[in-house]
Amino acid sequence: MVLFIMCFILFLVGLYGVITRRNLIKIIIALSIMEYSLNLFFILIGYRKGGEIPILKDAGAVPPVVVDPLPQAMILTAIVIGLATTALLLAIAIRLYRKYKTFDVSGINALKG
Amino acid sequence: MEEALLFILIIMLAGALYALYAKDLLSAVVSYGIVGFALVIAFLLLQAPDLAIVQVVVETISLVIMISVLIISTREDLQETPVAKIKGASYIQFRHMMYVAAALVITGLFLYFFVASTAMLPAFGEHQTRMATEYVQHGAEKTGAINLVTGIVFDFRGYDTLGEATVLFTAVIGVLAMLRLVGKKEEL
Amino acid sequence: MNGMSLIVKKITQLMAGIIFLYGVYVMLHGHLTPGGGFAGGTIVAGSFILLIVANGIRVFGLHREEQLSSAVESIAILVFLLLATAGLLTGAMWFFQNYMPHGTPGNLVSAGLIPVYNLVVGTEVAAALLTIFLGFVIYKAED
Repeated sequence: MVLFIMCFILFLVGLYGVITRRNLIKIIIALSIMEYSLNLFFILIGYRKGGEIPILKDAGAVPPVVVDPLPQAMILTAIVIGLATTALLLAIAIRLYRKYKTFDVSGINALKG
Repeated sequence: MEEALLFILIIMLAGALYALYAKDLLSAVVSYGIVGFALVIAFLLLQAPDLAIVQVVVETISLVIMISVLIISTREDLQETPVAKIKGASYIQFRHMMYVAAALVITGLFLYFFVASTAMLPAFGEHQTRMATEYVQHGAEKTGAINLVTGIVFDFRGYDTLGEATVLFTAVIGVLAMLRLVGKKEEL
Repeated sequence: MNGMSLIVKKITQLMAGIIFLYGVYVMLHGHLTPGGGFAGGTIVAGSFILLIVANGIRVFGLHREEQLSSAVESIAILVFLLLATAGLLTGAMWFFQNYMPHGTPGNLVSAGLIPVYNLVVGTEVAAALLTIFLGFVIYKAED
């Protein structure tokens, strides 16, 4: 339970960063931190005490306790997607920097209207 | 086990907080690397070697990309103007108090939903597999792959993988469109 | 950006091939050992990124390279979709059915289509990450 709460605090730290920082790079970092905490939360839920890795020695012998392979399969793809979306955000940020010469979101006022 | 994970989570929290408050953007990116590489160790402890392999390479590549962005642009963080020097400081401070109150209310709501939802989850390590029992018991003979995670990714949950591959493709097209490598002559 | 010193260049030229082969190994053994298409693809992309970072951006004809990797990525995802659809023609009951013979679990050639999927998805991930990195590098070079 305490691990779940710590994971949630990590998520809140990321949310705090997204809301309060004015620098685009720091906002992107905070978004990635939120994503990492979600990944960790999924795997924490799927863990079973004394469980073995979900790779069998051979087909017939299934160990008595195996950790849940389903969240691992979900997160495996999500990690690579996270990198691609982070790169997309960075591309947008560098594009804005070329035009406005700053990473300040409140300085990019020309976007309004 | 739980103590080790708790220690790693504390390191991740410290790295995340430093990344948000660093004055130099390069050190912010490096301490963001702390979070990612600590996550690798957490995955290894939680018996997920597939994820650890992916995460360690992905973290390295994302650090390289972030640092390449910082090389093109700037390393300096923004200069924060002290509130007292701005005109109309009392109004801004009033609005600031309102923001803090709103943030506290939203955090409280989040906390309520979190507690309400984790009350239904079993405690850490007590997870009971329901659908995954079938995958674990008969997955190897049904798919022929003894790595159960690969079996799920490409056989039982093939639609998911197709969707994720599509999202990856779209993100790459988005990056190329954003950086506008082809029509580079025209200004924005 | 002309790259790093001669020692670094030589060492990376020696190492990049080994890292590339390791990535292909991880891809092909995805159904037996930890890894698979996503892990192997990122490792292969990492070997190319290592070469570019160490040797500078003038090594390859980068514009051509970027178009090539973008095309490889598009073709890989198309092949992935076609492989999944082709089962319907051979009499499979549903999309993404593993219609090839499964073989003995634990052998290298087993698990039907899963190694093929691993290879295709690995190619797609490697080409995608390389395209993203090349995009940033070319953008810097144009500055």
